[in-house]
Amino acid sequence: MRYAYYPGCSAHSTARDMHESADAVARLLGIDLVEMKGWSCCGATSAHQTDRVMAASLPAANLLLAKEMGLDTVVTCAACYSRMKAANHEITSSADMRAAVADAVGQPYDGSVRVRHFVEILLEDVGIDKLRKRFKKSLNGLKVASYYGCLLVRPSNVTHFDDPENPTSLDRLVTAMGGEGIDWPHKVECCGGGLNLTRTDVAVKLSASIVEMAAASGADCIAVACPMCQASLDLRQKDIDAATGKKHHMPVLYITQLLGLCLDIPEKELGLNRLMVSPAGVLKALQPASSHKV
Amino acid sequence: MTIKIKKQSEKGLRQTAEEMSGVDLSLCYQCKKCASGCPVTKYTQSPPSEIIRRLHLGAGDELLESDLVWMCLSCETCYGRCPMDINIPAVIDALRSLALEKGAKSPKGDMPLFNRKFLETVKAYGRSYDLSMIMGYKLGSGSLMQDVEKFPSMLAKGKMAVLPPLGAEKKVVKRIFDRSKQAKGKKK
Repeated sequence: MRYAYYPGCSAHSTARDMHESADAVARLLGIDLVEMKGWSCCGATSAHQTDRVMAASLPAANLLLAKEMGLDTVVTCAACYSRMKAANHEITSSADMRAAVADAVGQPYDGSVRVRHFVEILLEDVGIDKLRKRFKKSLNGLKVASYYGCLLVRPSNVTHFDDPENPTSLDRLVTAMGGEGIDWPHKVECCGGGLNLTRTDVAVKLSASIVEMAAASGADCIAVACPMCQASLDLRQKDIDAATGKKHHMPVLYITQLLGLCLDIPEKELGLNRLMVSPAGVLKALQPASSHKV
Repeated sequence: MTIKIKKQSEKGLRQTAEEMSGVDLSLCYQCKKCASGCPVTKYTQSPPSEIIRRLHLGAGDELLESDLVWMCLSCETCYGRCPMDINIPAVIDALRSLALEKGAKSPKGDMPLFNRKFLETVKAYGRSYDLSMIMGYKLGSGSLMQDVEKFPSMLAKGKMAVLPPLGAEKKVVKRIFDRSKQAKGKKK
């Protein structure tokens, strides 16, 4: 299992823990993530809000690196994933766009490099059964609210990731780890991440509704696969408390951090020390996998 | 609710927005499913369905100053749920490009400034550089003190890189930015 790995800019900044935990999990499972040499920014929301050709060209420059490597691209950030998928979609569906992108990046690109999220690799290429055998620890009935947000699942004709209204990919991983993937209504609501700096008031209200709904649904923690969702719910949890007048202690972990814990990878390698809301409650729930009855 | 529009030209903005986004707005029959699911409907003056209706009615450049243009989160919920499969986020992106081109006023919270600062770091380093982008935005928008209490813990936990990012192939990124500038020059 070998892939061209695109870490994305946040891997060295706000989402170092996402990058560290995915890397540690991949190494343990024998997934070879070969970092693209010279990768550059996907353009994120700012590029597609500004210039449509630029928004397709920035991801294309990176997908061309993967093409040279002859490998599928693997992404851990949901936002980069979405931008790369959108670029492929635009490039394959319009000859004008294909020509404009070729001109911008200096070589033709046909939109054919397969882009996959790390979660898809775990579910489709490794497989739940194989994963389950590797777990040394169990979440032991811990109630986990799997939060998918926007960019993994929408638009579904572009991302083709799971069901856009009721996805279960993260829940399946949670169940395999011995946790309880709770049924809750905010799986694919928006956290407001895009307005985090410019309209913090609105962003905090949207993030608050997600943390509050998870708490009301009985969750012990939230599992995410997007660095913007993670920041909105974890880094902003004090702002959420101030806005709602309630004190929340809702740990927000990357799914790869939970997987790492069950694979018995040391906490430090999973970047757990970087979380703002302490994951102590999650750590306390862990039990040796053998004691967990399936 | 009454919608009032100013007619500034015969065809208004509709045709341009349709051409830029590749979307056929005549498909919309105003079911308002987009407005129901939109996370910012509660906070905006004009939900997505109303933006489309205004375009139907021949709205001109004043539409570019609607707050949804820059409040839209690009969450794609409207597109995901539209029974006619209308790519509303693509229409909003087209309105954003037009708003920038025509120098339309942006509502509270300066998203164009944020985007500019973000893209400046990408152009300079090939990757985004949060610290520089955030400082640039805060200086430009006068929101210097907001969230300042978060910096010490972010730095301590290694969630904010102090030094600029290294390792990107900057040549291709520069080329993409140059081509974008040239294309804008040609349009004018």
